[in-house]
Amino acid sequence: MATSFAGVPIFDYEALASVLFFIGLAGAVARRNPLVMLMSIELMFNAANLAFIVFARAWLNNAGQIFAFLVITVAAAEAAIALAIVVIVFRSAPQVDVDDVRVLHG
Amino acid sequence: MIPFWIIAAVLVISALWTVTARKPIYSVVSLLLNFAALATSYLILHAEFLAVMQIIVYSGAILMLFVFVIALLNSGIAPIVLGRDRVPVAPAAAAALSAIAFVATAIAAVHAPAIVPIATHSPLGAVGRGNVFGSIGDFGQALFLSRLLPFEITALILMVAVVGVVLLAGDLAPYVPTRRRAEQTRRALREAILREGK
Repeated sequence: MATSFAGVPIFDYEALASVLFFIGLAGAVARRNPLVMLMSIELMFNAANLAFIVFARAWLNNAGQIFAFLVITVAAAEAAIALAIVVIVFRSAPQVDVDDVRVLHG
Repeated sequence: MIPFWIIAAVLVISALWTVTARKPIYSVVSLLLNFAALATSYLILHAEFLAVMQIIVYSGAILMLFVFVIALLNSGIAPIVLGRDRVPVAPAAAAALSAIAFVATAIAAVHAPAIVPIATHSPLGAVGRGNVFGSIGDFGQALFLSRLLPFEITALILMVAVVGVVLLAGDLAPYVPTRRRAEQTRRALREAILREGK
């Protein structure tokens, strides 16, 4: 099993992916602008994708790449639907803040 | 070795810029930089098709959607005012807990016994060559032969997303000649949709 490729250990790649994931998580938690929150969620998707592709390369198995492909599709669908909701909710509001959205409470 | 560290620095700095930028359009630009660097690292990791997909789908489609929405929200009479950032207690605690759990899992995984991987038969070769691991042919063969069901599920997800977006944001009223009748039709349709939803 290749635990290192091109001189870079697999652990470094995984650490990079986890750092990116937690930067995205911090953005999704702390920012109140729905657009920036969505972009932070995209960052998390991409960190997961990086981890999948690193493991696919480490084990020389295509399944990780197929799964990353699936994640890209889900991210595209999620962005389209979430942005449609953002446009509907904030089209008439001068202030863009997710805490002001009470109409989506169940 | 050195390319990895350059890409890692670009990735982390652009991710931080995305999260901290004051204007959403700056976040989009830094996210574009992030995606380009990610595509480069995918190429290094022998994921050629995904590197191209990263550029086309993420930078081409998703970020363009973000730019459209920013322009649409800014096109009203009053400029939009951003809400104040604050850290809510419960999600922040959950995020911190998940970070701790992740580090613990990573340490446990390092000390765990090695798993025997199930490798495909494609050999490792230079990026851009055919019939090596991660080439377009290799990926396409895996996608259409051994992993056909995930591919079909992808199609279903996209279909559901398209229908959902049209239902959410689309104007469902058919074309009618006068404005009064158009308003009536639209109201009747909206009521029908609300009734169906219950």
